[in-house]
Amino acid sequence: MSSLRARRSTDSGTRLVLRSGARLRLAAHALRGYPHEVVGLLLGSAARAEVSAEVWEARPLENEQEQDPARRFVVSGLRLARAEAAAEAEGFDVLGYYHSHPDHPASWSDEDRDQALPGRSYLIASVSGVVGAPTLEALRCWRLAEDRSEMLEERLDSGPEAVQTQSS
Amino acid sequence: MPVQILIPSALRAYVDRQTAVSVAASDVVGALRALTDAYPGLARHLRDESGQLRSFVNVYLGEDDVRHLPLGDRTALRGGEVLTIVPSIAGGAR
Repeated sequence: MSSLRARRSTDSGTRLVLRSGARLRLAAHALRGYPHEVVGLLLGSAARAEVSAEVWEARPLENEQEQDPARRFVVSGLRLARAEAAAEAEGFDVLGYYHSHPDHPASWSDEDRDQALPGRSYLIASVSGVVGAPTLEALRCWRLAEDRSEMLEERLDSGPEAVQTQSS
Repeated sequence: MPVQILIPSALRAYVDRQTAVSVAASDVVGALRALTDAYPGLARHLRDESGQLRSFVNVYLGEDDVRHLPLGDRTALRGGEVLTIVPSIAGGAR
């Protein structure tokens, strides 16, 4: 049974601004990876991360999931630590992570919630269609509730044109 | 001599933005307990409801993943060691 249920969307009260270059890169990654899930880092400035942060770069990571890469992703701790340290050495703040949901909505799953780190943004790209010509359906962003009971929706903005989102 | 625990950036908000916390403990599990006793807000993100380390929480003693040590988190500490908390990320559509 899918763990993706119809969910009430609760506002996190925070906002993530996605620069167009980062949006294009993560969208290209999600489309290129279809029908497998892809994953990557959201890098930028956390100067005002309590309420708002800006993603300057989306940096792909390798999905190490071997058993079911169309439905799951994993990045091991040491690889993640190396990637984050390299990004921080370049002057980026690690704001969060993106991953794709092939042929599924851009809503969080129980697995997403259970594995989430606090204080990070989790951007999900819904991709559907056929191999060779998939379509980016939606981007939505989530943040773990402090009590770990749910993921709260984070406002996602981009310039100059708004990112397509879907309401629950 | 205390044990030093290196805190990943994602969890530093729970330890007053410190990159490392020093604790006194005789084994790994005791060190982690001392850490969450000192910073209770961190506990729910390190352990699940049954008290086990969450699956995405990896702890290294020096270069070794504690889960792969013969005694696991009961591995003894003499003081001066460095423990590193290394989260992995995972998830998926179902």
